[in-house]
Amino acid sequence: MSDKTRLPVNAEAIAEKGWLQAHKYLLLRRASQLFFLCLFMLGPWFGIWWVKGNLSGSLTFDVLPLTDPFIALQSLVAGYWPETTALIGAVIVAVAYALIGGRVYCSWVCPINPVTDGAHWLHDKLGLAKGWQPKRNTRYWVLGMVLAASAIMGTVAWELVNPISMLHRGLIFGVGFAWTFVLAVFLFDLFVSRRGWCGHLCPVGAFYGLLGTKSLLRVSATKRAECDDCMDCFAVCPEMHVITPALRGKSDETPLILSPDCTNCGRCIDVCAPNVFEFTHRFDGREAPARPARTKSQPASGASRAA
Amino acid sequence: MSATTKRTPKSPDRRRFLQDSARAVAGCAVAGTFLAKLATDARALPAQAIRPPGALPEKDFLAACIRCGLCVRDCPYDTLKLAELGVDGAATGTPFFTARDVPCEMCEDIPCVVACPTGALDHDLTDIDDARMGVAVLIDQENCLNALGLRCDVCYRVCPVIDEAITLELSHNERSGSHAIFMPTVHADKCTGCGKCEKSCVLPHESAIKVLPHRIARADSAEHYRLGWEEKDAKGGPVVDGIIDLPDRLPGPGTDNLAAPGGYEGGFEPAFKLPGTGAEVTQ
Ligand code: SF4
Ligand code: SF4
Ligand code: SF4
Ligand code: SF4
Repeated sequence: MSDKTRLPVNAEAIAEKGWLQAHKYLLLRRASQLFFLCLFMLGPWFGIWWVKGNLSGSLTFDVLPLTDPFIALQSLVAGYWPETTALIGAVIVAVAYALIGGRVYCSWVCPINPVTDGAHWLHDKLGLAKGWQPKRNTRYWVLGMVLAASAIMGTVAWELVNPISMLHRGLIFGVGFAWTFVLAVFLFDLFVSRRGWCGHLCPVGAFYGLLGTKSLLRVSATKRAECDDCMDCFAVCPEMHVITPALRGKSDETPLILSPDCTNCGRCIDVCAPNVFEFTHRFDGREAPARPARTKSQPASGASRAA
Repeated sequence: MSATTKRTPKSPDRRRFLQDSARAVAGCAVAGTFLAKLATDARALPAQAIRPPGALPEKDFLAACIRCGLCVRDCPYDTLKLAELGVDGAATGTPFFTARDVPCEMCEDIPCVVACPTGALDHDLTDIDDARMGVAVLIDQENCLNALGLRCDVCYRVCPVIDEAITLELSHNERSGSHAIFMPTVHADKCTGCGKCEKSCVLPHESAIKVLPHRIARADSAEHYRLGWEEKDAKGGPVVDGIIDLPDRLPGPGTDNLAAPGGYEGGFEPAFKLPGTGAEVTQ
């Protein structure tokens, strides 16, 4: 902010659309994360047992069983065939995320997301270097490693370390020293690797990403012609490589962000002053002309941060 | 592979791909080893962490339980807990109970088993008396009041399977010479491991009777021994037909039993003498 030639990320959008509109999906997302957490906390805190269990497995209104499909998969490769209830629960969750977008789990439900978002916010404030940036496909290696470990050790391997369930189960059933795992993720994202955990390593995110490869709900750079190169969307996107093909695509290329890495967080929609992005479905065939070619001397407010 | 690489040394893409893959494989191997180590540690269930009724054998249980805690929620007595990292010894997030704190009340409808979505608690368990969570062991026979010859009987009285899982076995009280000892005695084939006895033991702090996992409390029966009396019952007669009853060998000089009750004076002369020994003894 000392640099007067550069506007802070989102400033333009706030000026143009108002603070609320420029934080719409961020607020909705936090509300959603809080909502899902509160659903589970109603029981232990207020004795209202609408939802029992935790994100690994739950029972809602005593009829709807839900199971984390990734955990069910680990059980299966570990050589155990679960009872039908758990399998039905896993199928319901898997189908739901396959339709609305696998990594919707990451940005709208997962309790670790506020933690890593918080780490990124602080990382940004402190102006730290991006640090270690593992390859994009690292998370799939981790995913494979987890499944192999489950098979070889005959156990649900990721649950031994999974910071998501450590935190979520911890909040509901008592945390012990599991908070150290959450702190480790926070510090990792803050000092070791920018967007390191959710963006590069977490096998749960990788699993849900694969699950949602063909999902319906998609963000699209429909009005990409109006992009003014402020680069704010790149600065806020936790998986910014997904934006380029859609935003910078030619007129005959789709403006849809089809990468399974996109978490459907909608932050790019928030921060874009000219409203380039919107939520739509994957069969949206509307024309989206590419933006006209331009010179390279455009100002770029958040570009350096987008690296 | 390497041959091809040599032939086209200027294929940086391929080389990079191989390098990256090697790096990823190595990274995964390290992380995987770490995970495997944790998995091994997680199997070390402490002796006093008792799994809920119907829990599969520990190894299968760790593959089956998704740590959802639904069993915990449906236990009406708050018996069950999910293990917390670094606080309870059981694998993090898995259900267990500590009998001395809150024992299992052996609910007739076994709600914990019904609630389990995965079958980590085996749904085939429909009669709680068939549960085998562990087995009670009278572990401190020096402080158990009944073992000292007093009448406490509490562990016996509270047992939901009284007179089958636990009985009071009478024996002579050598100390007083004129009383009986009513020894609490657990029968593993009937004990469910509910821990009511452990909870109720009147001794302060630790209980004299404790529920232990079968893997610790029980030995395998000695299969290389055939118990003559059982074989005889099974057969309804002597096990070997036409057996010749040889005269018993009596103790005396020349054998390794050097003293016989009442002595052997005027007794028999052994058929053979070991060199040296006979002379020594007769002196
Ligand atoms: S990447 Fe993993 S930790 Fe991050 S939001 Fe997704 S599931 Fe949660
Ligand atoms: S049988 Fe009843 S008391 Fe025992 S663990 Fe299950 S629910 Fe709890
Ligand atoms: S209900 Fe079953 S799967 Fe869930 S924690 Fe209990 S034993 Fe594990
Ligand atoms: S644990 Fe104790 S109270 Fe429970 S069945 Fe066994 S002997 Fe009886």
